[in-house]
Amino acid sequence: MYVAVKGGEKAIDHAHHLLAKKRRGSTDIPELGVDQIRGQMSMAVARVMTEGSLYDEELAALAIKQSAGDLLEAIFLLRAYRTTLPRFAASVPLQTSEMQMERRISATYKDLPGGQLLGPTFDYTHRLLDFALMAEGNELPAPAQEDLQAEPCPRVLEMLEKEGLMRVEKNTRAEVPDITREPLDFPTNRMQRLQALARGDEGFMMALAYSTQRGYGRNHPFAGEIRIGFTEVWIEPEELDFAVPLGDIEITECEMVNQFVGSKTEPAQFTRGYGLAFGYNERKAMSMALVDRALCAEELGEEITSPAQQEEFVLMHCDNVEAAGFVSHLKLPHYVDFQSELELIRKMHAQDQVEDEEYSIQEKRA
Amino acid sequence: MMTESEKQVQQGLTEGYNFAYLDEQTKRMIRRGLLKAVAIPGYQVPFGGREMPLPYGWGTGGMQVTAAVLGEQDVLKVIDQGADDTTNAVSIRRFFSRTAGVQTTERTEAATIIQTRHRIPEAELKKDQIMVYQVPIPEPLRFIEPSDSETKTMHALNDYGVMHVKLYEDIAKYGHIATAYAYPVLVDDRYVMDPSPIPKFDNPKLDVSPALMLFGAGREKRLYAVPPYTRVSSLDFDDHPFEIQKWDHSCAICGSDHSYLDEIIVDDSGTREFVCSDTDYCNQRVAQQEKQ
Repeated sequence: MYVAVKGGEKAIDHAHHLLAKKRRGSTDIPELGVDQIRGQMSMAVARVMTEGSLYDEELAALAIKQSAGDLLEAIFLLRAYRTTLPRFAASVPLQTSEMQMERRISATYKDLPGGQLLGPTFDYTHRLLDFALMAEGNELPAPAQEDLQAEPCPRVLEMLEKEGLMRVEKNTRAEVPDITREPLDFPTNRMQRLQALARGDEGFMMALAYSTQRGYGRNHPFAGEIRIGFTEVWIEPEELDFAVPLGDIEITECEMVNQFVGSKTEPAQFTRGYGLAFGYNERKAMSMALVDRALCAEELGEEITSPAQQEEFVLMHCDNVEAAGFVSHLKLPHYVDFQSELELIRKMHAQDQVEDEEYSIQEKRA
Repeated sequence: MMTESEKQVQQGLTEGYNFAYLDEQTKRMIRRGLLKAVAIPGYQVPFGGREMPLPYGWGTGGMQVTAAVLGEQDVLKVIDQGADDTTNAVSIRRFFSRTAGVQTTERTEAATIIQTRHRIPEAELKKDQIMVYQVPIPEPLRFIEPSDSETKTMHALNDYGVMHVKLYEDIAKYGHIATAYAYPVLVDDRYVMDPSPIPKFDNPKLDVSPALMLFGAGREKRLYAVPPYTRVSSLDFDDHPFEIQKWDHSCAICGSDHSYLDEIIVDDSGTREFVCSDTDYCNQRVAQQEKQ
């Protein structure tokens, strides 16, 4: 007897074994350490933490090792771990103006309080392969002349706010919704949207952001400020009536300055798109800020014409764990449904044949 | 006294996870959602779906429902395409053996909970049995109206005209309704429901079934249910009544002429054979024939 996908049990065991072998690669080469991934692939770690929605460099590095460098798989591993963790508090809002910055740039002012600090960046590197890195035992990079670090300074958009030129986002002090506990319900509010975008796929986010730049929901952005560095996380435990610090996390924050809202009664003001990501993750934070602003269209009374402005379209499709799962499920057997379709299409064929015959008989008679 | 984790190790369960993987708070949240779903048959209840260690689209909704209703005494059967030995069914069955240590079975009668993808077993279900369906797209109106806010309103207003128009257009174009699986049903004369992608062959089994039917959509974060002995009718027209699939063949293994058959291509020239999609039903028939 022949039946497809028989002996599933054994096949799965073998597949797992083969995967473990594939992941390890040639045993002539030393095994990759989690600490090496954490230390030397920090950008990959940052992406996995951001989209995995869990700030833990070591576990993110472990996930990357376990997934053989497949970052979406690593994000999935981290998410599936995160979901089992208890949730004991929401933090107090991060004070990013207190950030210990390693990088800070503004495209809107040439110079500004706190200054511009390029920090470590791929910008302005020439993308030429550095064959020296092929060899092992490279010399350590020479230390920078002095340990450059910007002093904590106010955010650029804060300054515009003070001048009355930037729409002020009010702290409603409303309870923070948690999209991982309560499913999204449309229409959403900005808190829910920002949560969904923060864990959304970097590639999808960038494509949508790009589409707004090319005219599909254009919102005239300027990179008001991008800052990367360490910020303290504080929580206010229920039994205390004051906040206590938990520790530092590295984050990337981007605030876009976008074109105005205003009316006859209200003076024109710039609006803002906001992006935040764990670790050093500039591309994601910038893309998120553009998409966040595009999704504010309805609140700001703009006409909704493009995909990046449609919240259901963006929010229901930006999660790569959901998307990858549903796309890959096509690999599962579908032969029962396919059989239904086969039966249907044969029935249609049979009917067509009968009709054709009837038609030719009629023709002959005529 | 053994600690909880020592007990787990002794039973060969995965360390560090709660019984059936999900924590008790989450399971309680899901059970509350299920109670609401049972109280309003066919209505889609949003729930705080969790990430599961299996990919979305591979049965995470069904698994969350199973985890929420599973007890230590339960006997679990998992099928995919009607078969117990398809890879994903094996994987999900193993998951619950590992995380809950419950007894599993391939026998439909012996199971208290049956998690399924794409089929309802041929053997008649009994009361006290729970069917758990894996659902990819819970919204029957989704392919007519992509927006969730819109379809929610349509359900609330009992506004199902578009669905009938779609079925009518099928008839106008093809001569009959061109939906062969995930065929929409009306539950308890109120809500139009997607029965999950079961072939329409299985739709009549939903009607007044003594078993409890629970549906879980993980990615879309929706639960819905058909309580025991509830009227479930497949949408149709008086002059185009609902019909189920029929085969001119019988099962090549057990000879059944009334079960849902899978088509198998057995050689390079495309010779076809037909066998029961429900492997347990087929095996039971063969065993009975051997006895006689």
